[in-house]
Amino acid sequence: MTDAGSPIGRRVFLGLVGAGTLGVLFGAKVQDFLANLVPKNDPTGLSTLLPIGDHFRYYTITSGFPKRAPQDYRLTVNGLVEKPFTLTYAELVAMPSTMLVKDFQCVTGWRVPKVHWTGVKLSDLLDRAGLQPSAKAVRFTSFDGAYTESLTLEQAQRDDVMVAYDLDGKPLSSDHGGPARLYVAPMYGYKSCKWLSGIEVVDHVIPGYWEGLGYDVDGWVGRSNGRDDQPTST
Amino acid sequence: MSTSTSTQQFPRFDRVERAVHWCNATLFLVLLATGASLYFPQLSTIVAHRHTVKTIHVYAGLLLPVPLLLGLLLPGSRQFRRDVSRINRWTTDDRRWWSRRTRSTAQLGKFNPGQKLNAIFVAAAIVLMLMTGSIMRWFEPFPDSWRTGATFVHDWVFITLLVVIVGHIVFAFSDPDSLRSMVRGWVPEQWARRERPRWWADEVAARSGPADRRDASGDAAGDVGAGREQGPGEAGARASEMPVGD
Repeated sequence: MTDAGSPIGRRVFLGLVGAGTLGVLFGAKVQDFLANLVPKNDPTGLSTLLPIGDHFRYYTITSGFPKRAPQDYRLTVNGLVEKPFTLTYAELVAMPSTMLVKDFQCVTGWRVPKVHWTGVKLSDLLDRAGLQPSAKAVRFTSFDGAYTESLTLEQAQRDDVMVAYDLDGKPLSSDHGGPARLYVAPMYGYKSCKWLSGIEVVDHVIPGYWEGLGYDVDGWVGRSNGRDDQPTST
Repeated sequence: MSTSTSTQQFPRFDRVERAVHWCNATLFLVLLATGASLYFPQLSTIVAHRHTVKTIHVYAGLLLPVPLLLGLLLPGSRQFRRDVSRINRWTTDDRRWWSRRTRSTAQLGKFNPGQKLNAIFVAAAIVLMLMTGSIMRWFEPFPDSWRTGATFVHDWVFITLLVVIVGHIVFAFSDPDSLRSMVRGWVPEQWARRERPRWWADEVAARSGPADRRDASGDAAGDVGAGREQGPGEAGARASEMPVGD
């Protein structure tokens, strides 16, 4: 042991741990910067594999991603309404459509910038059913059999709340909650009930699945769940 | 040294080191598999069961530092601690090894610089993954930006680990003698002499030192148990059973 060498190993180790710690403190800013460098529609799709935080992560609360072909899809609107009805996928898509370009913000921190959503305004569906005077809130159910959500009537009638069936110009896939899902633009992603099959008008807010796990019932982006994200809607 | 001695079993990793390595390897494989299916959208949609996968991932992650800590703290793991300090120290020969031009002149110790870098990176990765993973899992007390930053670091270290671990496995399979020593504990002596000349020379010098020094099983041969198991005497007796040129 003539040449004991220098303790480079310790320095590299501490350097890596230090860099990682800085990454925790300032990674959010670095990530925003990186996300802006990568083109939105990368034809190779490779950028979606890199951790720059601007792509969807797919959640399901059941043991799989429920699949339903458009021809088997049904959306029921009922509860405290004058004329309850059920729509097929074709009937839903045939209704007057609306389009929104908004960031999709998850309560766990990831945000997908400038997502193009196409669908039917929830208020149009409610108007078509006709609200009874006792209507105060809306409850949403999913054909996965487990996912539920809720909004106050006032929230549900906003212009940036829709039943979406297209995402970035393509029919909404099962991973994203297709054939159709709720999309509540000003709130965190968990409020946008996936695999939407039922819209029930009720007289009080019934907290949904994620609220049962501790998330806020009023999930405004930047104003709930102890988070301070930039709003996705104004 | 004669031919018969040069194919003798030359102890490289004792039981503690092999146990630490394989426990670590198992945990890493579980974590990479569950992590990949949480991270890659294509895999998430195939595997689903996100909640179960996440639970397995969190528990395996919490266990991750245990093998290394036991290796560092257990009384019978002196050789492990000694190898840690070998990995820490970088000699002028290590520096020579990095350049292709001077690589052949490098008299390497027990580990080559690539192995050292791999071990150091993995050790740092364990600390970072544990830290960032904990922030992601128990996020309430932290600012939002820390949670996002922790996810960012966790994801990048994961991608790097994938590359490093695949590289580690490829290199291991390209040197079967070295790979087997992580299973059976020894390399053929000729391998040690050829690939790690300084280590080989130091070990041989330690062995041929005074008898009391060898019995103390002090430095080079490692801990007492492994020293007995793989000591030169028994290795010699076993040599006749060994296939030549193994």
